[in-house]
Amino acid sequence: MSAVAVSAGPRRGWRSASTWIGAVIVGLAMVCAVFAPLLVPHDPFLQDLGKRLLPPFWMQGSSPDHLLGTDQLGRDYLSRLIWGCRISMMIGVTVTVVSAVIGIAMGVLGGFLGGKVDDAVLFAITTRLSIPVVLVALAVVGLLGSSMTLLVITLGALLWDRFAVVARSTTMQVRNLDFVAAAWCAGCSRLRILAGEVLPNIASHLVVVATLEIALAILLEAALSFLGLGVPPPLPSWGLMIAEAKDYMFFSPWVIVIPGVALFVLVLGINLLGDGLRDLFGARSA
Amino acid sequence: MLQFLVRRLVVALLVTMTVMTLAFVLTRLSGDLAISIAGPNATQADVEAVRKAYGLDRPLVAQFFDWVTRAATGDLGESYFFKTRVSNLIAERMPVTVTLGLTGLVIALLVSLPLGILAAVRENTGFDRAVQVVALLGQAMPSFWLGLILMIVLGLQLGWLPISGTGSWQHYVMPGIVLAFSAIPALTRLTRAGMIQALGSDYIRTARAKGLSRASILLKHALRNAAIPVVAIAAVQLGFMLGGSIVIEQVFALHGVGFLAWESIGKNDFPVVQAVVLVLAVIYIALTMLADLMNAVLDPRLRG
Repeated sequence: MSAVAVSAGPRRGWRSASTWIGAVIVGLAMVCAVFAPLLVPHDPFLQDLGKRLLPPFWMQGSSPDHLLGTDQLGRDYLSRLIWGCRISMMIGVTVTVVSAVIGIAMGVLGGFLGGKVDDAVLFAITTRLSIPVVLVALAVVGLLGSSMTLLVITLGALLWDRFAVVARSTTMQVRNLDFVAAAWCAGCSRLRILAGEVLPNIASHLVVVATLEIALAILLEAALSFLGLGVPPPLPSWGLMIAEAKDYMFFSPWVIVIPGVALFVLVLGINLLGDGLRDLFGARSA
Repeated sequence: MLQFLVRRLVVALLVTMTVMTLAFVLTRLSGDLAISIAGPNATQADVEAVRKAYGLDRPLVAQFFDWVTRAATGDLGESYFFKTRVSNLIAERMPVTVTLGLTGLVIALLVSLPLGILAAVRENTGFDRAVQVVALLGQAMPSFWLGLILMIVLGLQLGWLPISGTGSWQHYVMPGIVLAFSAIPALTRLTRAGMIQALGSDYIRTARAKGLSRASILLKHALRNAAIPVVAIAAVQLGFMLGGSIVIEQVFALHGVGFLAWESIGKNDFPVVQAVVLVLAVIYIALTMLADLMNAVLDPRLRG
């Protein structure tokens, strides 16, 4: 899962264009997520069995009332899509916060203190990487019952590895720089140096990791919900929408195309923004 | 070298034991196993009978040591649902998962090696940019969704490939493509970066100065050096693919180990779940160790 830093070349223009595309996609998704209750044209949970599987606007037989059609229970697809964006973003951000807290704490401590602590941190990272994420997440949700909170805690507890790796390596680089030595000489406490000198200087690297983790968490949530062990129905998670529509996909392919494209575009947008930020900060890690 | 090997083995063993502990804790998370196994309509007497029959009345520590000592000898317990040995169940299903993983890896390498090499040769051209866009698109693709789309297009509309099941080699093509997607971005970027570095080095200039052919320089001199990290990462990627194939096995109804685990979670078949977690982890640990050893053999600096 390692990526190599892209050499900054004379393709600045293209790079910044792709960053902007990413920023616009993420911005739109955030607006949808925050204002979902105001934006939805219909109640995303309201079933209308008389209007099942209406096609979207570009197809014959569509209804102007339902721009993206309706699902197998007659629920408005556009409304469910917007609500699903809220769920994806919520999961993506909260999972990343949980994993960031765990990963950064471990990485910074290991990188800063070195020695036995660092050995323990490295061991934890190695162990974590050997655990099959999807399987363990499925097992936890399967055994304890599906709920948003459980899903966030489980994924957060599983996805901290990249934060730890990057926090550790960047802390090691910062630890030996002159301004840290100066802080030691000035008599600053360990905690003060960690919070005041180390963290601010590795923050840009961590922001880049955070974008990648949000994208990863969104994809994983969709996969888990698709397998029926993620977000509980009737919540319109995009993964769950695809799972529920699967039985109809051979006759009306758009029922899986629409949520899938939404998922793909959102993740692509987050990754584009993350790559752009990486270039901007000149970070070489993650 | 021997010291490196021994230290690496000790770490692998410790990681395996930690995973064993975690797998045990994981399956005990739901509280009382006996109640879950007996089902919703069971009486108190049924629950007690189940508890006795499966040895769940013993202290947790005893159960844990039992699991660890038996697993160390290859005995992974008995499935509650299938009523057979878990090791047999896994051995039965493993070929499907391994075939799928290897198919995915081969497809991924067939795509990412040429793409990475060509992108490096034409660094900063339109082609290079296009390759990076492909890598980005691959990264954002939800694998289960890609699987469904391929089923509609290649399976139903074009009729080129069977939609699900495991009857013939054709059955592995679509799932293999989907699985390859997860590895292509990383492998392509690594090949590209390695080739750019190799092409800029002194020995390539020497080879050019000697008047060697372009193909010989690229494939014999540059690729051989760029390939070392790629091969190592490919081993690690295979580990990720085997662990991640659970979703794809479910989409394509391939009855591999991932499918077995998914079924067993639904049936509260704890011995199978904890065994599959352990087996997948051990395979991953073995593959990463293999990758480290390959790197160490090829690059003595890493043995330190």
